[in-house]
Amino acid sequence: MVRLAALLLIFPLPLTSAAQAGVEGAGDPRAGLAAAAPTAVVRGGSYVPLYSPESGAVTVEPFRMDRYPVTRGDFVAFVASNPRWRRSQVPGVFADSRYLSDWSGDLEPGDRLDAPVTHVSWFAARAYCTWVGKRLPRVDEWEFAARADETRTDAMGDRSHKARILQLYTQRRTPLPPVGSTFRNLYGIHDMHGLAWEWVLDFNTVTAADDSRGGDRKDGQLYCAAGADGATDREDYAAFLRYAFRSTLQGTTTSAVLGFRCAADLE
Amino acid sequence: MRQFDTKSKAIWTVVGAIGALLAVSALAFSLSSARSGATVAYADPIPSVTSLPEVRGEEYAVLTAPPHVPDPITRNHATRVIVELETIEQDMELAPGVTYNMWTFGGTVPGSFIRVREGDLVEFRLRNRHDSTVPHNIDLHAVSGPGGGAKASLTMPGHETVFEFRALHPGLYVYHCATAPVGLHVANGMYGLILVEPREGMKPVDREYYVMQSEFYTDSGFNEQGHHPFSMERALAENPSYVLFNGHTEALMGENALGANVGETIRLFVGNGGPNLASSFHVIGAVLDNVYPEGGTVANHNVQTTLVPAGGSAITEFRVNVPGDLILVDHSIFRAFNKGALGTIAVSGEDKLGIFSGQLDNRPYDPPTAHQH
Ligand SMILES: [Cu+2]
Repeated sequence: MVRLAALLLIFPLPLTSAAQAGVEGAGDPRAGLAAAAPTAVVRGGSYVPLYSPESGAVTVEPFRMDRYPVTRGDFVAFVASNPRWRRSQVPGVFADSRYLSDWSGDLEPGDRLDAPVTHVSWFAARAYCTWVGKRLPRVDEWEFAARADETRTDAMGDRSHKARILQLYTQRRTPLPPVGSTFRNLYGIHDMHGLAWEWVLDFNTVTAADDSRGGDRKDGQLYCAAGADGATDREDYAAFLRYAFRSTLQGTTTSAVLGFRCAADLE
Repeated sequence: MRQFDTKSKAIWTVVGAIGALLAVSALAFSLSSARSGATVAYADPIPSVTSLPEVRGEEYAVLTAPPHVPDPITRNHATRVIVELETIEQDMELAPGVTYNMWTFGGTVPGSFIRVREGDLVEFRLRNRHDSTVPHNIDLHAVSGPGGGAKASLTMPGHETVFEFRALHPGLYVYHCATAPVGLHVANGMYGLILVEPREGMKPVDREYYVMQSEFYTDSGFNEQGHHPFSMERALAENPSYVLFNGHTEALMGENALGANVGETIRLFVGNGGPNLASSFHVIGAVLDNVYPEGGTVANHNVQTTLVPAGGSAITEFRVNVPGDLILVDHSIFRAFNKGALGTIAVSGEDKLGIFSGQLDNRPYDPPTAHQH
């Protein structure tokens, strides 16, 4: 509940603007195919986030998450059904000028339909997930699921796995290859590391001042040695890269290396 | 209460006596200093910024790739200098046949050399190329302000950030990326030098070059062929596989040697990007006539080896008096011999036999015999 209140504080705009933005909403029959994207169950548990109050553990309730990032093919179906999310229609308050800029037209993503969609804003990603009857994963959900390797729910205590993840992050791959091209973890989820960065619902929690959870980290502290201060695992460089990336984001930001996947509560 | 007063009075008497004693001895010390003509230690004033020079006009900074340095500044007034620098991530060679995914300022390691004048207002535009995978920023050690500009310049892929700073202090300064995890960004090649020329300019020399040392932590041994990723284990142990000048084992070797002619004066702008090691910078075959240690303003003379800290610099000046190769090394010598910290200044011209003869003879000599002692 504290958490929800915090989200309301951080995102007054999106919560009131989703309707204005013309999302058809869950239940749109045209969303059926995309909604059927395979999900995996992530049994909950607790983990210690990179930045945590009193370095404590955070509990994550069980949830579902898409096995793959949303693809360009998926997203073209969304913009076809939701004209207001087309490149030529989207208002500047919902996406910056580079939104879907790697497409050749409103409904023309070109080739690589099975590659992750990128150049999408948080607002657009959120609208997509709503359209398919899901939501964006929360940062704790994403981080929790990302700790698994092929056989362990939490492989991050293993230095060699840490090194492997960091190596995946610093491998350059342009254009982005199809989804499913990096390893499948214990839950059956692919591409958590080394394909594209992914939006999370509360992407700016860690750097937002006055937030209930990360309030001790003020905006902009993720630079130089200050980035290490208060971190729970100073050797998890991959996590630093993720948090640093998120710290640069605004809801309208789009980037060639930033996509998303959806999640859902467990019924 | 009375008792307290008495006690406190006693204490103050003692304190006063000690104070008087100190004052007398300080006076005696300063008198003796004055008598011997020595300067009083710790007497340098700390300058205050009372008035900033007027900014007239604007210009775009000319940036150069190592080992080149932009031309000296001829302006005699402050201006707005616009610096446009792009961060680029790309696979590059550390040695022939060895590649590494470098993160760069301007596409080179070390990054572009920036030259401004004391008092200039620098408008810094940092661009992070569209195909970058991570955000970058810049901390310039010449900046007076939080993070050296790091916070103000945090830039995601495909974006440009702008901030301004006043070049208050003359000197040679390191700049580097400071995005978390900062060690990784620096280890991947994100550093360079910015020179703030003093208002009165710098004495002309025949040649200026840009040399920056840094080390690389690959999960491989030196010269092991192929593409190699960063090794966290090596970085934590501060045990690099490569220690290099200008980012490549051959950057200043063979046909890439720095050139000079006999009799010329050379100014090397030497930086150390680290991320971890301090450099014992040495030029084999030359004595450094002038060294401005740590890139500051006081010159030292007749220096053999100068220490260049990680995240620091030195300006070295010397005349090349005889022909032949001068070898730049980190005199922490295993780094030079086994890890690549080598460079060359190839000096051409006439022999100067009065200064150095070369080998004059090579002859056997008789071992001592038993009856001789
Ligand atoms: Cu960087």
